[in-house]
Amino acid sequence: MGDAALFNHKHIIALRDLSADDIRLLLTTAENLKEINSRDIKKVPTLRGKTIINLFYEASTRTRTSFEIAAKRLSADTVNISPSTSSSTKGETLSDTALNLLAMKPDIIVMRHNISGSHYFLAKRLSCSIINAGDGAHEHPSQALLDMLTMKERFGRLDGLKVAIVGDVSHSRVARSNIQGLTKMGSHLFLAGPPTMMPPGVERLGNVTVCKDMREAVDGADVVMMLRIQLERQGKSLLPTLKEYSRYFGLNREILKLAKPDAMVMHPGPINRGVELASDVADGDQSHILNQVENGVAVRMAMLYHVCGGGTVDAG
Amino acid sequence: MGESSTVILDGMGVRRSLTRIAHEILERNKGVEKVVLVGIRTGGVHLAHEIALRLEEIEGVKVPVGAVDITMYRDDIKGHAPHHPVGKTEIPFSLEGKRVVLVDDVLFTGRTIRAAMDALMDHGRPSCIQLGVLIDRGHRELPIRADFVGRNVPTSLKESVVVLFDADNAPVNVLLEKEVP
Repeated sequence: MGDAALFNHKHIIALRDLSADDIRLLLTTAENLKEINSRDIKKVPTLRGKTIINLFYEASTRTRTSFEIAAKRLSADTVNISPSTSSSTKGETLSDTALNLLAMKPDIIVMRHNISGSHYFLAKRLSCSIINAGDGAHEHPSQALLDMLTMKERFGRLDGLKVAIVGDVSHSRVARSNIQGLTKMGSHLFLAGPPTMMPPGVERLGNVTVCKDMREAVDGADVVMMLRIQLERQGKSLLPTLKEYSRYFGLNREILKLAKPDAMVMHPGPINRGVELASDVADGDQSHILNQVENGVAVRMAMLYHVCGGGTVDAG
Repeated sequence: MGESSTVILDGMGVRRSLTRIAHEILERNKGVEKVVLVGIRTGGVHLAHEIALRLEEIEGVKVPVGAVDITMYRDDIKGHAPHHPVGKTEIPFSLEGKRVVLVDDVLFTGRTIRAAMDALMDHGRPSCIQLGVLIDRGHRELPIRADFVGRNVPTSLKESVVVLFDADNAPVNVLLEKEVP
């Protein structure tokens, strides 16, 4: 810790913008804050008087609830705004919505938006902090951080872990943030998915190997991270049938045997049971899906804590 | 500008002070029943363990030791980025009805102690909280005083007091550091 433990970012928009030290600090803070979530009185006064707006342009239960609980555990005041109840249905632009919200003096806006880059757009125009809760197919930093925390708790390290990521990599902001974060922390990534769902040039992001099939990716893995088939995005046009997808890229007990005996199974949720993940694996001993959700609150507390208060303005 | 430092309490002095504090804790609480020690991270935790060793030597009973991190209870987070790394609070026992001896290395403004008491209250309702410190350097900004003090050291605001620990977290000595123009 010591002097290296300085967090100099006003916003958290993408793990691409954070250094390995930044990520390490966020994870350490989250580990130490977890204790608060198991107390009788699950609240500390740290962010008393801060106002946090959760602005969600896309559906979300887990992430929005998790950010809200995280903010409340730190004693911040939270307001949730979703498009069905907001003026965007009346044709207001993102910029106008944000400037109107800013006039109410929030300290942080936590936003999910379907357009990649909308967070950078707002960060340039607004004086408050922006946290990305998912932007299109770009990044989902809080999910990757909670995934990394869950792996670090299990193995005590991220360095040298073999992590398989299987599914629709090209539409997955979870995959993109995990690739950014995990390669910085020294993990090795093995990707598998239908060729239509594999972004070209993904190897350039770091220590990433694109495998020709799922077995090759899972073979000897410490972590098997399954991605959700995003039926609400373009899943359908890129897939012949769900059944076929499941046969080639679904995780069942037999394929899991190829991984290390103590390998972790992870999934960002919500699960399409029987499509990308067999039910008995999702509910099995090796599944860490509920630990991921639990760690989500601690990680988001750490993000809010380190972002709040501003500090020096940086480009990211 | 440089720094000059003088030893205001050597290793033997620190150990004698801690032994005396242990006896005073026993005297005040008429034994160790319901007594628990909670150190403030990080120096206070090491000292709490030292005091617990002495209590065990004297009474033959192990007294529970916890650690409290006050980062999330600080009152100076506003106005600048909260850069303080967050430590872990570990109080693996109930504080309900306990006689808590809060331990810190240096008592200064009293703000740390205020924060630590708020943190303790969030963990339960102790029957009382007492405060033990190795050094009281004065300059209180809150109405807080220590019940057990190793050494009172009058200081100026330009000086700082540092308690050094070795690799095994045993206290080495206490330094008074001054800025020299």
